[in-house]
Amino acid sequence: MSDEILFDIFEPGESPLPHANDEVAVGIDLGTTNSVVAISKDGRPEVLRDAKARALIPSVVAYGQDGSVIVGHEAREQILDRPQDVVSSIKRLMGRGLEDVKAVAGQLPFVVDQDATGMVRLIVAGRTLSPVEISADILRAVRDQAERALGKKVPKAVITVPAYFDDAARTATKDAARLAGIEVLRLVNEPTAAALAYGLDQGAEGLYAVYDLGGGTFDVSLLRMEKGVFQVKATGGDAALGGDDIDHLIAEKFLAERGEAKLDAGKVKQALMTARVAKECLTSRDGGEWMLEFEGRTSRHQLTRAELETMIAPLVLRTMTICRQVLEDGGAQPADVKGVVLVGGSTRVPAVRKAVADLFGTLPLANINPDEVVAVGAAQQAEALTHGSDTLLLDVTPLSLGLETMGGIVEKVIFRNTPIPTAMAQEFTTYQDGQTAMMIHVVQGERELVSQNRSLARFTLSGIPPMAAGAARIRVTFTVDADGLLTVSARETATGVESEVQVKPSYGLSEDEMADMLKDSLEHAKEDMAARVLAEAKVEARRNALAVIAALSHDGDLLSPEERLVIDQALAGLDCACTGNDRDVVLAASEELEAATKPFAEKRMDRGIRKALAGVSMDNLEKRVGE
Amino acid sequence: MKIDVHHTDGLEACVVECWSCKGPASPRALFCSVCGAVQPPRPLDHFQRLGMMPGFDVDLSELERHYFGFQRRLHPDRFAGKSGKEKLHSQQQAMALNEAYETLKDPLKRAVYLLKLKGCKLDDADGATISDPKLLMEQMEAREALMEADSAEEVQAILARTESDIAFAVDDLSQAFQAACLMGAEKLVLRLKYLIRLSDEARGRKARLMKGA
Repeated sequence: MSDEILFDIFEPGESPLPHANDEVAVGIDLGTTNSVVAISKDGRPEVLRDAKARALIPSVVAYGQDGSVIVGHEAREQILDRPQDVVSSIKRLMGRGLEDVKAVAGQLPFVVDQDATGMVRLIVAGRTLSPVEISADILRAVRDQAERALGKKVPKAVITVPAYFDDAARTATKDAARLAGIEVLRLVNEPTAAALAYGLDQGAEGLYAVYDLGGGTFDVSLLRMEKGVFQVKATGGDAALGGDDIDHLIAEKFLAERGEAKLDAGKVKQALMTARVAKECLTSRDGGEWMLEFEGRTSRHQLTRAELETMIAPLVLRTMTICRQVLEDGGAQPADVKGVVLVGGSTRVPAVRKAVADLFGTLPLANINPDEVVAVGAAQQAEALTHGSDTLLLDVTPLSLGLETMGGIVEKVIFRNTPIPTAMAQEFTTYQDGQTAMMIHVVQGERELVSQNRSLARFTLSGIPPMAAGAARIRVTFTVDADGLLTVSARETATGVESEVQVKPSYGLSEDEMADMLKDSLEHAKEDMAARVLAEAKVEARRNALAVIAALSHDGDLLSPEERLVIDQALAGLDCACTGNDRDVVLAASEELEAATKPFAEKRMDRGIRKALAGVSMDNLEKRVGE
Repeated sequence: MKIDVHHTDGLEACVVECWSCKGPASPRALFCSVCGAVQPPRPLDHFQRLGMMPGFDVDLSELERHYFGFQRRLHPDRFAGKSGKEKLHSQQQAMALNEAYETLKDPLKRAVYLLKLKGCKLDDADGATISDPKLLMEQMEAREALMEADSAEEVQAILARTESDIAFAVDDLSQAFQAACLMGAEKLVLRLKYLIRLSDEARGRKARLMKGA
């Protein structure tokens, strides 16, 4: 027992996290238009910038025919030169099937394809790429920027996602991080991260709304902030509504005025870039004129702020309708809301600010940088998860989860705005005599019909003993973890025969695909994975050893010197195994320790029960919280 | 906030085995007093889990304070760097706390739960028929009025009336539980269910009317 770590005994629940000191964990806001990375040390967050002191990394990737990958500012500069090789706004396609993107496909300057599961693929520079792979390229660049700024490796991160992202898009985001070799400590909802950053910075208390209009997604969350607790009351949004849509409206107007007969990727991208410039200009000016110039022809286009406001009124109205719904879901009136925090570059549009102010009857809070606040909150959460913290985020699931029942109707199992983590079970029965299998179809969304919601997974529960219709009892359990990710399991309980199936809906990549990609990747992912498994085994082994040492100091008097020696030797053996790098040796030493301590455990239980019989209440051992 | 341990059945229930150090632990302990490991949630009722006195009248701010207090120590965010088993138990604990909190903070869910604790068999299928003719009449009339209302103002008036009916029904429930009148409470639960559904529909109709306007 030379390792001093074994002798550190801490108060229950207070023990520090393993390797707390050498862990570097950052917060990443993986945005539609731009991504930002930040770190928090000793409660002080800092946005990590590039050599030119720029915080925003454009979420744009340029692929070369030679296999090169360029991300960020340089990639954005190439959009006009080789539009067919440069991908932007990929976040809008995360977790989407080809069917979902048909609506936007006309605006996409890529050939769109689908894989075997119907998920969308892009054909770029001669390669077929999934949104997950493209996002992984962005994440690698983001991590590189962080590593350059910090001068050390950054293996772990909290990554933010729109609160309204469904399970498929969340899974896809996590897969992208895995592919980039980043361990995701937690997926945090963007408005929640913003609230954390804002609340900690301003010491805000009470009921707040976060209005987050980004490049491609809209979220609104209603939160209670109180003494370090950030409790999401309700959330809502639209995963396909953002500043991009404003750009599209302006670009369409300009192209229509120009009378362009045949559009191609280059023209669309140039029109979109001009539209963005126009949109940004009109946040501070009342009007202006912009030019489109291609195929040797120049066209001039005028736009006033008033015209723009009329054009985007339906979009703004849509966000207001969602805000009202969220207020109602949270059981609140606009007047109950103490402040509205604005997040996302699109909240710089004056018409948006005015609509928010009108609805909530209060001037929105903009004394934070709307582009950086999400990454800052993510960094603070990353610090909390690795170094401990007094703050607590209590989030909810944004969309209802359910099952298909007879007639294509959805039976909801978990309702939207349920606090996570959560587990809910529903019982179903067979509808035919002798039925031995049941098809289980998991869907997400608020509508009544299966066809109107997102299909997440299908699986078959087989091995149901043949019974009369309606006699079997099939219990389907939905589990949503703290990342908002769903696991579904089912079992037949009527006869005591239990057959259980675990299903992880995966709309990102299949496990095989992932394994292949990891093999190919330059990140030495295989070694990383092995190292991670070894680290986990060591964490578990050290925890076991600590538990035995605590027990020895408490009940050591139960042992004879010989018995004590056996345990001490097993502990020393485990300690020794943990200094090596062989996972099997660690596991074997753990098992030896367990065997060596078995008689000790029995003696301790005996003593515990005897004490209870003697009327010594165990009450005084209880740990109480709540006050 | 003292809880009587002795109403659990049998003596063995007074000592459980800690999964981590394998020694004796109190069945109410969140963490093992010897090795400090987080324990899996034990089979407690929702009131016990959140340290609340069982009953219909719940002080919501006290409930919230307790819920936050437990979550501060048990939420998975507190176990991000811990071993797999500790993460799992923390997730199970947080789920149990969320279920208890969601049930107890809502008057209807709380009343239904309390009746079940007291051994009442409630028909909680959605299509439960109304056997009480008075309630049936009242609900049919209210529904008809809602169908006929074709302005947001009219619907708002119905909504306001329904919400005040809901508040009264909750008061009545409180009195029924205080008087230990379970039959009465069961009837009121059914009425409350219909009133809440009516108010949901009224809100939906109002939203549609305002959108159309």
